[in-house]
Amino acid sequence: MSTNQTTEARRGKAPAGERVADWADGRLGIYSLAKANMRKIFPDHWSFMLGEVCLYSFIIIILTGVYLTLFFHPSMNEVEYHGSYVPLQGQLMSEAFNSTMHISFDVRGGLLIRQIHHWAALVFLAGMFVHMMRVFFTGAFRKPREVNWLFGFLLFVLGMFTGFTGYSLPDDLLSGTGVRFMEGAILSVPIVGTYLSFFLFGGEFPGGDFVARFYSVHILLLPGIMLGLVVAHLILVFYHKHTQFAGPGKTNNNVVGMPLLPVYMAKAGGFFFLVFGVIAAISAIAQINPIWAIGPYRPDQVSTGAQPDWYMGFSEGLIRVMPGWEINFWGHTLVLGVFIPLVIFPLVLVAIAVYPFIESWVTGDRREHHILDRPRNAPTRTAFGVAWITLYMVLLIGGGNDLWATHFHLSINSITWFVRIAFFVGPVLAFVITKRICLGLQRRDKEKVLHGRESGIIKRLPHGEFIEVHEPLSQDALHTLTAHEQYEPLAIGPTVDENGVERKVKGSERLRAKLSEAYFGEESQIPKPTVEEYKEITSGHGHH
Amino acid sequence: MSSQDIPEENLPAEQDTHGAVGVADEKNPFADPGLPPHEHRIQDVDERAAKRSERSVALLFTVSMLATVGFIASYVAIPADESVYIWPIGHISAMNFALGMTLGIALFTIGAGAVHWARTLMSDLEIADERHPIEAPPEVKTKVMADFKQGAKESALGRRKLIRNTMFGALALFPLSGVILLRDLGPLPGDKLRHTLWSKGKLLVNMNTNEPLRPSDVAVGSLTFAKPEGLEEHDEDFQTEIAKAALLIVRIQPENIKDKQELEWSHEGIVAYSKICTHVGCPISLYEQQTHHVLCPCHQSTFDLSDGARVIFGPAGHALPQLRIGVNDEGYLEALGDFAEPVGPAFWERG
Repeated sequence: MSTNQTTEARRGKAPAGERVADWADGRLGIYSLAKANMRKIFPDHWSFMLGEVCLYSFIIIILTGVYLTLFFHPSMNEVEYHGSYVPLQGQLMSEAFNSTMHISFDVRGGLLIRQIHHWAALVFLAGMFVHMMRVFFTGAFRKPREVNWLFGFLLFVLGMFTGFTGYSLPDDLLSGTGVRFMEGAILSVPIVGTYLSFFLFGGEFPGGDFVARFYSVHILLLPGIMLGLVVAHLILVFYHKHTQFAGPGKTNNNVVGMPLLPVYMAKAGGFFFLVFGVIAAISAIAQINPIWAIGPYRPDQVSTGAQPDWYMGFSEGLIRVMPGWEINFWGHTLVLGVFIPLVIFPLVLVAIAVYPFIESWVTGDRREHHILDRPRNAPTRTAFGVAWITLYMVLLIGGGNDLWATHFHLSINSITWFVRIAFFVGPVLAFVITKRICLGLQRRDKEKVLHGRESGIIKRLPHGEFIEVHEPLSQDALHTLTAHEQYEPLAIGPTVDENGVERKVKGSERLRAKLSEAYFGEESQIPKPTVEEYKEITSGHGHH
Repeated sequence: MSSQDIPEENLPAEQDTHGAVGVADEKNPFADPGLPPHEHRIQDVDERAAKRSERSVALLFTVSMLATVGFIASYVAIPADESVYIWPIGHISAMNFALGMTLGIALFTIGAGAVHWARTLMSDLEIADERHPIEAPPEVKTKVMADFKQGAKESALGRRKLIRNTMFGALALFPLSGVILLRDLGPLPGDKLRHTLWSKGKLLVNMNTNEPLRPSDVAVGSLTFAKPEGLEEHDEDFQTEIAKAALLIVRIQPENIKDKQELEWSHEGIVAYSKICTHVGCPISLYEQQTHHVLCPCHQSTFDLSDGARVIFGPAGHALPQLRIGVNDEGYLEALGDFAEPVGPAFWERG
């Protein structure tokens, strides 16, 4: 480097911080890194903090999780309880349960850390869900961010299983019931199910192995993969730069916002403490997973109102509402009543994961997109997303059908039947309604651009007519409302050329054209106002 | 930082080179007007307001320090088993509440201070940065492709097919060792799922009293849970055995039993069924005496115990297995054999 000499000359004179930085730069090249990133621009929008909530809760989970491993014994050896919680004195339980009791009652602050760990996990999953929806509905998954979308999706799925293996560790009655459910689901897999179950549990359920095995999966395998994915996710966020909403001065070729140092660093860094502080306060006042009230696991005991953590609820719904179909043939049993939900479970998730690739295939658009869509301006996508959420929520209702029944005094049978029907009808209805709402909002935007904002001022004309005064929009608003671009539906073109020779059109092309028509046809978007329309209306006076 | 400190070149007026694409004019009223002018906050123009912000931030950080002191004090001073009444939550652990609240406040005020600092005192000037295409320019791509071709050629991988094929073979085979190593994760199922601890002559032992049951112990309308004689809670394999052997016993007036085999396998209207749900294995524990229905609280499968325990609602696929029972010479209820079919969730080999 050319600065070597200057650095030599200044040695001893530069402030200590700079000397340390020089030392590090000579070995790590931090100045080049900082040049590109220290004043990197981050756009500001409230919805961009959803991803931060996930990142910070993930860090909180790791910090508290490491603390918990210092006290937790992942063993299923039976011991008699002799801790300080009187009602369970003398009760037989596994060492896992016993050590969780120890953490909760005898380690000072242990209960707090346990509750922070569990609450942060719920917030992590909820944050990822909402963050994913934000990315989905604004079209932030489009090129060049498809891979990052998949990383995020994998994090969500792995987060679900890390959560499941985590809450199963204390070996309490509730979580053991969940593990039993999982074992029953594995048994339903044709041909290999019984073997899978025996290999996973080291023999018959529950055996003496699964806590230790879940433990290594929960604290090492899955979080290790997730940590890698989080890092990759963040590197890509940095590399792609943030998306932004359309607005004055914001284009597809720039990114408008505040620099990393100092504003974003202070806000994002501060936000970590806000998230941590709120979760700590929640954990101080809201009890979660009181295993002492639930008791240790016994395969022949159960409590009513058994529920998984919320993110597993939709799989619970699938298993609860599925009719109990079983086919017996040639000495074998096909347990469709359990196996079909087991197959639909990943399919529900995959449906949302592959969507970006389907959309980019339909549009055929290969450009980079950095300006976010307003959901209304992509009605078909928005409708699909709402349909998916509807399906998810219907299944969540199914997963808690007993609680709905007891809390709202409904018949469990009618709830189950409602879910069975709504599973098919709900998403379709949601799709149609959402699309119509989006189109309505597009019409309103158009109206606003062409005729201005309703001012609320009523004017009486000399001949007695009342009119409402519309105020023209500012140019900022005009630009923002018309900045989105609208695709033309894909046309296959004539299949017979002028010489009468027939052109072969592939089936996939036909499907693509059909989908494109469904996406961008007349029924699916309101043409945005043109400059000509605007001028025609604004040049004449008296039109409102 | 006040507005006077903002370098001129950062002001929006100086940034038209990037940012705006078009200039608003008569021709295109929808054109991008460019970044809006920066609006000063009160802290930018009034040093007293800035001072107030500074004091607020410092106050928040100070509160954080105090809360941390409070955390340490709570840890040391509060007995671990003390409970405290907090309105409107009720009685909760004093230690957990104090530690959580002090920690929460200590963290939250750091965050609130930093955010307030950033919002009121750091520059709020929006800056535009240019994006660069993610795709490499064509000449870079050409260079990379050429380099790759050169590397591939030098490796001779394409030319020396024998090396290539054997290498792929070796790489494809070696993970098999890892798969083989998983074999000892568990024993093979064999017919383990077909058998339980029940066998001819085993007494039905009341789960709660640990005493063998007599027919007179089982009243009409009651629900009794039983285990096989000889299985004790302290046994090493208790959990695994009870997971299959758990029994539920009810008494129904014999004339109300609709299923012929059920009546044959019962004793004076006392019927014994597997407690393990045939859906995914939850223990069934809710009994409706009037209808003789039992309900699994996990997934609401409902079985009619007066009709061979067939499924009348819910996701279970087949009836609960019945245990054939009788009475021995001493008048105790006993099993007349093992379950005739596997208990619990269905599986591929069940048939």
